[in-house]
Amino acid sequence: MGDGPPSIWEWIGRNWDTGRADSIRNLLTDHLTMSLVPIVIALLLALPLGLACVRWRWLYQPTSGFMNVVYALPSLPVFMLLISVTGLSQTTVIIPLTFYGMAVLIPAVVDGLGSVPDHVRQSAVAMGFTPLRRLLAVELPIAAPVVLAGMRVVAVSSISLVSVGALIGQGGLGGLFTRAYQNPFMPPVIVGIVLIVLLAVVADGLLVLAQRLLTPWVRARKGQAA
Amino acid sequence: MITFDSVSKRYPDGTVAVDALSLEAPTGEITVLVGPSGCGKTTSLRMINRMIDASEGEILLDGVPVRGIDPPTLRRGIGYVIQQAGLFPHRRIIDNIATVPYLLGWDRKKARATAMELLERVGLDPALAQRYPFQLSGGQQQRVGVARALAADPPVLLMDEPFSAVDPIVRTNLQDELLRLQSELNKTIVFVTHDIDEAIKLGDRVAVLRVGGRLAQVADPKTLLSEPADDFVREFLGQDRGIRRLRFISADGLRLRTDLTVPEGSDGGTSEPWLLVVDADDRPLGWRPGAEPGRLEPFGTYAHRGDTMRAALDAALLSPSGCAVAVDEQGKVVGVATRQALDEALTEAADG
Repeated sequence: MGDGPPSIWEWIGRNWDTGRADSIRNLLTDHLTMSLVPIVIALLLALPLGLACVRWRWLYQPTSGFMNVVYALPSLPVFMLLISVTGLSQTTVIIPLTFYGMAVLIPAVVDGLGSVPDHVRQSAVAMGFTPLRRLLAVELPIAAPVVLAGMRVVAVSSISLVSVGALIGQGGLGGLFTRAYQNPFMPPVIVGIVLIVLLAVVADGLLVLAQRLLTPWVRARKGQAA
Repeated sequence: MITFDSVSKRYPDGTVAVDALSLEAPTGEITVLVGPSGCGKTTSLRMINRMIDASEGEILLDGVPVRGIDPPTLRRGIGYVIQQAGLFPHRRIIDNIATVPYLLGWDRKKARATAMELLERVGLDPALAQRYPFQLSGGQQQRVGVARALAADPPVLLMDEPFSAVDPIVRTNLQDELLRLQSELNKTIVFVTHDIDEAIKLGDRVAVLRVGGRLAQVADPKTLLSEPADDFVREFLGQDRGIRRLRFISADGLRLRTDLTVPEGSDGGTSEPWLLVVDADDRPLGWRPGAEPGRLEPFGTYAHRGDTMRAALDAALLSPSGCAVAVDEQGKVVGVATRQALDEALTEAADG
């Protein structure tokens, strides 16, 4: 017989790196993969789709309508549905999260490009920018703050949503919560929550930093207004 | 020279923006397109650099149809100043100015050096180079817009209501600055405005367009004011055409009297109703009424070299004596233009 349940620190020490799939370290890595991959793919898909919606305005209503319906689908049944296609793999979590990300990022790209003042776009045309160069050198940089704001929402919600995947055995740190059902032992739950919140805060901080580095002119503008 | 050869712009819905416009914008001159909104002036301007393509007719740039030139290449060779400046908010002022040189593939250092020169040329503090557009006032932004248009030294400059979004004092400064720049650079400028006063001030030639994109009249400002082609042009020119026309007549020809000035302190008895009292440096102090030698009345001056009949008449109206005082660059009195002298000059002006 032991001396009662271990303290939270003892538990962390014992489970940090057991070499098993459910060690805290492995769960953390899985969690990062399953939340970051959807963010990146969602951005890569939302850019061309958002551009298409700006170019062909009639596309925007059906696209955003469809994405909103997808966003409204509860994640758990979607995971269940996908199991029949992609099995109990990380892909089953990554696909829905990618769609959720796109539901936020497509409007962000459209709004971002919409935030380019007409006289700025006109003057870029008049200066002799080719359409591609105008997009890359003028329109996307000006759209960046709005897109990055969308990225912050997606990053945090994606990191938090991954844990639902635990119900199909792919939840990263969410795996720590399901254990508490079987055994009313609190340390894993606390560690799970703290690590997820920490991940979200760090991801958000990195995006804020990226915003500052990529768009110094936005800060200049705020400084002016203050 | 830019030539419009019966150019029309018709939209698919049947709207006619420009209707059979034939016009020449001579090299080295400012041609102003002016008219009410919906007269197709901006459309006409944008057809020159192919931001809009003409439906019919041909626009020639020194004899070469613009239709045959690839739009980005064409545009890099034509400066463009837009209303609200249209500066790129994410680029520093220096990089905004160097936009076209960068597009043309100039060496970055050379492009920036050129941008710095232009910044000073348009009258801005070089310290602004590292700022972002939002940190500049509207007038400063517009100057940057002009500098950007000039960066690659294009022979042609298109200006689309460039000064209409700034307050009247700044606008006047920008207009004067443009005229000063033009006297140094001699660009072929096409300038669009809805403000007839601006058109008359800036234009070597003014083309008045009416709604529906038809040319009503094209003439130099003086002719436009004295001989409007029809009621539309007359109405568009507005009030005070005669007075405004005086701005184009030099005051150099005014007959001056030099026997009406007296030094301060002298009480020279004279039959003249008014005498101009001057200080030891010949600068005017005031008009002394013959009847009341103890008083000094206000006076108005104009520059003997450079001012117009309008300024001279204005100076005369500022004084109860009814005479205008001509002064030189140092403010010293050159002579006095009496009512008779003004009358003669005005009669001559009215004759054309």
